[in-house]
Amino acid sequence: MAGSGTVQLRDEPMLLRVERLVLEYGAGNYRVHAVSDVSFDLKRGETLGLVGESGCGKSTLGRAVLQLVQPTSGRVLFDGVELTAAKGEALRRLRRRLQLIFQDPIASLNPRRRVGDIVAEPLIIAGVKDAAERAQRVRAVLEAVGLDPDLVQRRRPHEFSGGQCQRISIARALVLEPDLVICDEPVSALDVSIRAQILNLLEDMKARYGLTLIFIAHDLAVVKAVSDRVAVMYLGKLCEIGPAEQVFEHPAHPYTALLLQAIPLPDPDAPLPQAVAAGEPPSPIAPPSGCRFRTRCPMAQGRCAEEEPQMRAIRPDQFVACHFTTGDLIQ
Amino acid sequence: MSAALLEVEKLSVALMTERGPLHAVAGLNLTLAPSRSLGIVGESGSGKTMLARAILRLLPRNATVGGSVRFDGRDLLGMPLDALRRLRGRELAVVFQDPMTSLNPVLTVGSQIAEALSEHMGLGAHAAALRAVELLAEVGIPEPGRRARQYPHQLSGGMRQRVAIAIALSCEPRLLIADEPTTALDVTVQAQILDLIGREQQRRQMALILITHDLGVVAGRTDEVAVMYAGRIVEHAPTCDLFKQMRSPYAEALLQAIPKLDAPPHTRLRAIGGAPPDPTRLPPGCAFSPRCRYAQERCRREAPPLLGEAGGHQFACWLPLAERAALEA
Repeated sequence: MAGSGTVQLRDEPMLLRVERLVLEYGAGNYRVHAVSDVSFDLKRGETLGLVGESGCGKSTLGRAVLQLVQPTSGRVLFDGVELTAAKGEALRRLRRRLQLIFQDPIASLNPRRRVGDIVAEPLIIAGVKDAAERAQRVRAVLEAVGLDPDLVQRRRPHEFSGGQCQRISIARALVLEPDLVICDEPVSALDVSIRAQILNLLEDMKARYGLTLIFIAHDLAVVKAVSDRVAVMYLGKLCEIGPAEQVFEHPAHPYTALLLQAIPLPDPDAPLPQAVAAGEPPSPIAPPSGCRFRTRCPMAQGRCAEEEPQMRAIRPDQFVACHFTTGDLIQ
Repeated sequence: MSAALLEVEKLSVALMTERGPLHAVAGLNLTLAPSRSLGIVGESGSGKTMLARAILRLLPRNATVGGSVRFDGRDLLGMPLDALRRLRGRELAVVFQDPMTSLNPVLTVGSQIAEALSEHMGLGAHAAALRAVELLAEVGIPEPGRRARQYPHQLSGGMRQRVAIAIALSCEPRLLIADEPTTALDVTVQAQILDLIGREQQRRQMALILITHDLGVVAGRTDEVAVMYAGRIVEHAPTCDLFKQMRSPYAEALLQAIPKLDAPPHTRLRAIGGAPPDPTRLPPGCAFSPRCRYAQERCRREAPPLLGEAGGHQFACWLPLAERAALEA
């Protein structure tokens, strides 16, 4: 895809509203178009799955929402407050309600500190001065993520497996009881048998703490397992956004269809994944004109090079940026 | 099976670590017939990569190896190193997960393919360079003449893996071992690379061992599949039979733990409790017993052998399916 536009934004109160977000790095001929005019929103309690291949800008988008990188333009509204305009202490205060969980659970924990201190640190930063209260909240959150506080608090991250480290990261993200958690490939580094435990845990935590989640991943089956809505990105642009079930059943963007067809299924009777897309994603330094997906798209025509497709509704609540799609590209 | 191309018997690999011996491969038996493809599936630490490295004798220095590996009747583990070197690259080829680290960064990709050709096939410099370009075309690299003069960093990950495959195929091997060849690649590129490996395997009638952590990668792409856990094969069967009914509790649980594309959102996953065992502290008996929902007294005492006819549906579990079904009820 390669589309812009804001018709996909819903006309209701939203916890998060991202409008025409642009993020570019570098200068001159080496300008990387990491996120280009992306808009989406999230209701309280909703999970948005953000999928795309490496380099499509999905992680950068997550960081830009949290203002960990300064967007080049566009707005991020969180609970009605404009994060993109907030600065200093005001932004720090708001950030307590927004947390991030990273892909590599071992690298994201300080190896020299004890688990109890790692999980307590957000409370210290947030100014919870009462040590007894901190200790009690750390215990509660460790128990919630399935760890025994008495066994783990005094130990250091290297004594734990990848799955347990990810539980510790989740505890650290939840100890401030945030509203929105961005999970950036939280299970990609984990083995299959552990992945299911962590996905189930995230679902439990969402219910228990009333979380709103952005779940960034490249694995579509993993995304479907946890998401209410799905947004598909390609080379810094949004291709398609809509209810998870509907997008998976009736993908409207040729790129979404292609991603779905490329998944190897654990079933020898299923048709083999189709390598329908020729080639690989182009460089975000010099993205193709018009629709950024056109160089790999089986449906591409002359118009795709000249005119960038805008987001349009293809079904209730499902939006796609493609000139030609009729809306159901599988079966 | 005297016709086997590869026969692995009672293979064990132990690595000396500060915490004592790490049993990466523990008494493993495996045979592979010529031009067959075998998928080896396991999680990290299951020993699948060490098995591949033991077959190629590319083990770290601190490894001790027991048992035997025979390739076309020749004993690979006992063979003198120079004879083994002639065999590796020539008849036995390998493709690793990360093509960036397996390719030489200061040589053009064309010269790396040509090097293998002149070393093993005795081609002259000119003939080798021409053949290198042909091979790049065969693995689906556009503009092969120009690409041959480029360095690995100038190519994308998928292209680099195609180059690694071209090198592996350059000397017409009889067995190709591909160790997680697509794990570092995006899903659309993964499908292309798996198609390429499959097509070349068929075309060249070579045997293939495809190592992966993803059951989806081997389904429909290999003739047979072996599932490993804690250094052992727990189930080995023709691919269709295996997916029709997994007979070892581990393989069954592994398949159930994968999120299904056709399940509605928020379907609770059937997770396997606990974590794989520490390979320096393997539990007595069946290594999966601490996580197995069917485990009984005997499982914790004695490791079950891999039973069943070679070539048929082999699995290692004390409990027959019917008894497990009764426990389930």
